[in-house]
Amino acid sequence: MRNAAGREIPEVLAGLKKVVPYQGPFAIRPEGRLTGPKIRMEKPRSEKLLKSIDQAIDATGLADGMTISFHHHFRNGDFVLNSVIAAIARKGIKDLTLAPSSLTDVNEAIIPFIEQGVITAIETSGARGKLGRLLTAGTLKRPVMIRSHGGRARAIECGDLQIDVAFIGAPACDLCGNINGIEGKSACGSMGYAMVDAAYADKVVAITDHLVPYPLVPISIPQTQVDYIVEVEAIGNPKGIASGALRISKDPRELLIAEYAAKVIEYSGYFKQDFSLQLGSGGASLAAAKFIKEKMIDQGITASFGLGGVTAPFVEMLEEGLLQAIYDVQDFDIPALQSLKNNPKHQEMSASFYANPHNGGPIVNQLDVVILSATEMDIDFNVNVITDSNGVIMGASGGHCDTAAGAALSIVVAPLLRGRLPMILDRVNTIVTPGETVDVIVTERGVAVNPLRQDLRDNLKEAHVPLVEIQDLQRMAYELAGRPDPIQLSDEVVGIVEYRDGTVLDVIRKPQ
Amino acid sequence: MVQIVRSAIAGTLESNDIMISIAPAQPGAGIHIELNSPVKNQYGRQIEAAIRAVVERYGLQDILIQANDRGALDCTIEARVETAIVRAAKGEA
Repeated sequence: MRNAAGREIPEVLAGLKKVVPYQGPFAIRPEGRLTGPKIRMEKPRSEKLLKSIDQAIDATGLADGMTISFHHHFRNGDFVLNSVIAAIARKGIKDLTLAPSSLTDVNEAIIPFIEQGVITAIETSGARGKLGRLLTAGTLKRPVMIRSHGGRARAIECGDLQIDVAFIGAPACDLCGNINGIEGKSACGSMGYAMVDAAYADKVVAITDHLVPYPLVPISIPQTQVDYIVEVEAIGNPKGIASGALRISKDPRELLIAEYAAKVIEYSGYFKQDFSLQLGSGGASLAAAKFIKEKMIDQGITASFGLGGVTAPFVEMLEEGLLQAIYDVQDFDIPALQSLKNNPKHQEMSASFYANPHNGGPIVNQLDVVILSATEMDIDFNVNVITDSNGVIMGASGGHCDTAAGAALSIVVAPLLRGRLPMILDRVNTIVTPGETVDVIVTERGVAVNPLRQDLRDNLKEAHVPLVEIQDLQRMAYELAGRPDPIQLSDEVVGIVEYRDGTVLDVIRKPQ
Repeated sequence: MVQIVRSAIAGTLESNDIMISIAPAQPGAGIHIELNSPVKNQYGRQIEAAIRAVVERYGLQDILIQANDRGALDCTIEARVETAIVRAAKGEA
């Protein structure tokens, strides 16, 4: 069947009870009730602390065919996921579904356990490197399920993704299982993704390298949700968890894109007192922060809140009074960690609060402006951030489609060409964010506004940016690079891209 | 008529460039292009055509070409091939 994004979707997909095609960003009316973990009880003065990960695996009753989850706040410094899966493999448990909030390069250590059948299904935000290539090769028993951060929170809360055991890396944990992410040698900052897992998994294991006496304050994940605690030497490598503050790009092309993006915001109609903002962590996006900041200071405008994925430029804006608050689902650098710890206006939030479309109101719905990056775009404004130009999984859905749908103005920044590859195609290899939720595409050669947004087209006439049609951008790219030959795909579906509302937006087919 | 008498290289392995290595081939060997490119699936055909066009413009029939592409545009490819040919050729080109 063909969905509302124009994609051909199989009637049946392994792993989905019913294939519901994408019908538009807000077409689905959810029904029913939220799910929840099994009811548990704890007698007074019980002991949650176990001696080893092995013991914790036994205590949870983990068995063949179950679903386990992890959170990716430790990014490329994570030790938890790899070591737990190695321990599970030693016990001979098989056929597990792995459902981490995302996978990073460091997780390629689990490839042998996928090949041995310990893990036979994966539901996550994305994967890179060898792991991405493995998933694209169709090694799993069923297609990998790709969900956005908001979509994952929705799936957990409604029961589409039922987690049997959540293993939570806990930078600080007390003897009753209260957890925060801001203390200890492996501090990661916000625990936003793990909060949803902790609240809905049947069993929750906290793995910590900073066990503290009771009680821990502040609490991000409460003891009421934690069954077992294991103390280990280290849960992560601090160097991989948070980088130092990134320097602003000196690449003239990125700076030009950033300058155009900042002008688009300035003239969009949304740049006024108490507007709100989310920035990506890419070079052009960070550079745009600098230009926007200058415009805010010049015009005496302050923003109500910043949202993210938090990086140092946002923290500076908070400290200078240009942002009234930051809402934080994940931290990328040390200044962001420090700010979450020390600044009461820097608020931690769960992935559900951030972006779940099926709750009483995620904060993305309050967002005025978001700047996003892209791996590929097409003349219908669709954006791909999951597969590369050869159709191989090499990225993550993240909050891309969530913020694009929620924000009043979603801006996608990308160069016109990367190497020889045009970034604006006839159709993207894989849709992650549907074009009807993308308002403006900014490249160094021109700015294209979605025809659905006549209001923006009118407003941006004054912006002193080179306004063009999306087809013009594509033509410029093809004149320089030539028209790319299409990549050859097989019929085998190796991935499902679920839209944030649970419908099927696209599938990833194995390249030939 | 240009004649390839020695091996020669032009270009770099920088992003958006291409490194062309040329070597003489036996008479009757034909034009052999060995292409390595991150965009081979999308542009392999067009890159080879661009290389071949320059080779033919110089009237060369037997030549070994190793092309190590890093996403170069056709104008770059043509310039690198031409330079490599001149460096590999006997006498004036």
